[in-house]
Amino acid sequence: MPTRSETLARATALRAIFEGQGAALVEPPILQPAGTLLDLYGEDIRARAYVTSDALRGEQMMRPDFTVPVVQMHMAHGAEPARYTYAGEVFRRQEHDPDRPNEFVQVGYEVFDRKDPAAADAEVFALIHDALAGLPVRAVTGDIGVLMAAVQGLETTQARKDALMRHIWRPRRFRALLERFAGRSAVPATRVALLAGKAATDAPVIGLRSPDEIAARVQALKEDAAAAPISAQQVDLIEALLDVRETMPHALSRLHDLAVDMPEIATAVARVAEREAALAARGVPTDRLLFEASYGRASMEYYDGFVFGFRAEARADLPAIASGGRYDALTRRLGQGAEIPAVGGVIRPGLILELEGAQ
Amino acid sequence: MTLKLGVPSKGRLMEKTFDWFGARGITLQRTGSEREYAGRVDGIDNVALMLLSAGEIPRELAAGRIHLGVTGTDLVQEKLALWDQQVESLEELKFGHADLIIAVPQAWIDVDTLDDLDAAAAAFRERHGFRMRIATKYHRLTREFLRTHGVADYALVDSQGATEGTVANETAEAISDITSSGETLRANHLKILSDGMILQSQATLWRSRAAAMDDTDRETLAELTKTLFG
Repeated sequence: MPTRSETLARATALRAIFEGQGAALVEPPILQPAGTLLDLYGEDIRARAYVTSDALRGEQMMRPDFTVPVVQMHMAHGAEPARYTYAGEVFRRQEHDPDRPNEFVQVGYEVFDRKDPAAADAEVFALIHDALAGLPVRAVTGDIGVLMAAVQGLETTQARKDALMRHIWRPRRFRALLERFAGRSAVPATRVALLAGKAATDAPVIGLRSPDEIAARVQALKEDAAAAPISAQQVDLIEALLDVRETMPHALSRLHDLAVDMPEIATAVARVAEREAALAARGVPTDRLLFEASYGRASMEYYDGFVFGFRAEARADLPAIASGGRYDALTRRLGQGAEIPAVGGVIRPGLILELEGAQ
Repeated sequence: MTLKLGVPSKGRLMEKTFDWFGARGITLQRTGSEREYAGRVDGIDNVALMLLSAGEIPRELAAGRIHLGVTGTDLVQEKLALWDQQVESLEELKFGHADLIIAVPQAWIDVDTLDDLDAAAAAFRERHGFRMRIATKYHRLTREFLRTHGVADYALVDSQGATEGTVANETAEAISDITSSGETLRANHLKILSDGMILQSQATLWRSRAAAMDDTDRETLAELTKTLFG
């Protein structure tokens, strides 16, 4: 295992690469306000953040990553376009695997630039790709925006689209919802009774959830029961999209085929194609680069477009050596009305040293 | 050396544990005053009785400070990561039955399943600006259960006692707690979700995988197992 000083030395060297690209060095505090900030993380990170409190400042967390604090800082008083870099420890509780550290070093690069998103995606990916050159790692890319476009394009109620969008990060849940909206799963007896108006109760209303909230949901359930099921053809198209897992050229041709039947995804697919061209222009061998339409769906919750990860080829037990993606929606949530397209990625120098040590 | 046996230090769990061992020829008893947590063991040599809080027994087993311990499955699974690598279940004792469940107000006629809970949580967050709160002391088990079943937009709030009262007190919207008969839930106008069973727990005799043993201890353990299980 690499020592702490070796890891920090490598982190500094990697950060220098990003500084060489004109990125401004930022150092967000280790202790961050927990309340609203913590809420922005997906549950995978949120549940694993170390949260503490004191009488003066209330709940604080040890930063579980840099991206959210950096976005917050940029949205508060950043000029644009902007490029940032940072290096330091992040902290995440481990609940299953005692061999995984609960404190590790990340080096990151974040780009806030509205001019050319495809070029910005390629810039972040290519810098990390080059920084990892020579290591036995394999890159996988994806784009959660294609699936989002497909869901928005379904011929069904907005309520159903919203429900699917909300669970786009939870593959099992998403599939179960899709099956239900397609009328393929059985309706529980209690739901049948409720819809038939046979679920009255004389129990007192307790707690914050009010009678009109309950009535509103009953009404929504009735409306949903009356809506036509999503067609089998559309469900099949979504499933075909989720199955796309090929090298970039083949994936693109699959996506173009699917866009014939799902014209709503055409714009998102065009973005994948533009990104492919931008990556190739930066010297990334895209003919061998993997594209998985469902990549990052279970763990990369605040990303809403391009996503990528680099995994060690012979070490499936290791977490991703580097990962990142586009998080335009996060800037919107932290921007109080303002927003800016943003993309970034992090490298874990400790894992690089571990891989090099094994070579 | 002596083999250390950890047993809950008070209440029905202690009495039932004493009865269970007594029925198998091993007498456990408290010594000294009513308030003193000291005990003795008759019917076998080289076993020491340690009276501990049921909630601390998992940790003591994992640390190897006791060789054997009686406590609930719920506490072992909540408190120990990779619990089956740290302790081994020797016998389920058929008492101390309790279910860890998710419960919501009975007045929520629209919520019967986890699926409903998830949809209600999304609407609640939209309306109130914060996540639906679920009060519990079983954070790990609850979180894993809800994650597995794809429930989102909730937040766990810590409740170390009187959890059933948190909804009426408006410090939580739902609870995840232990129940044996369901009576307290009903009295507090709560109902269990039809698919809201997280874990069925009972008092169990555990062996620590970490506690050091010499030859005498191993012989004692063999003799104890023979006496208890024949």
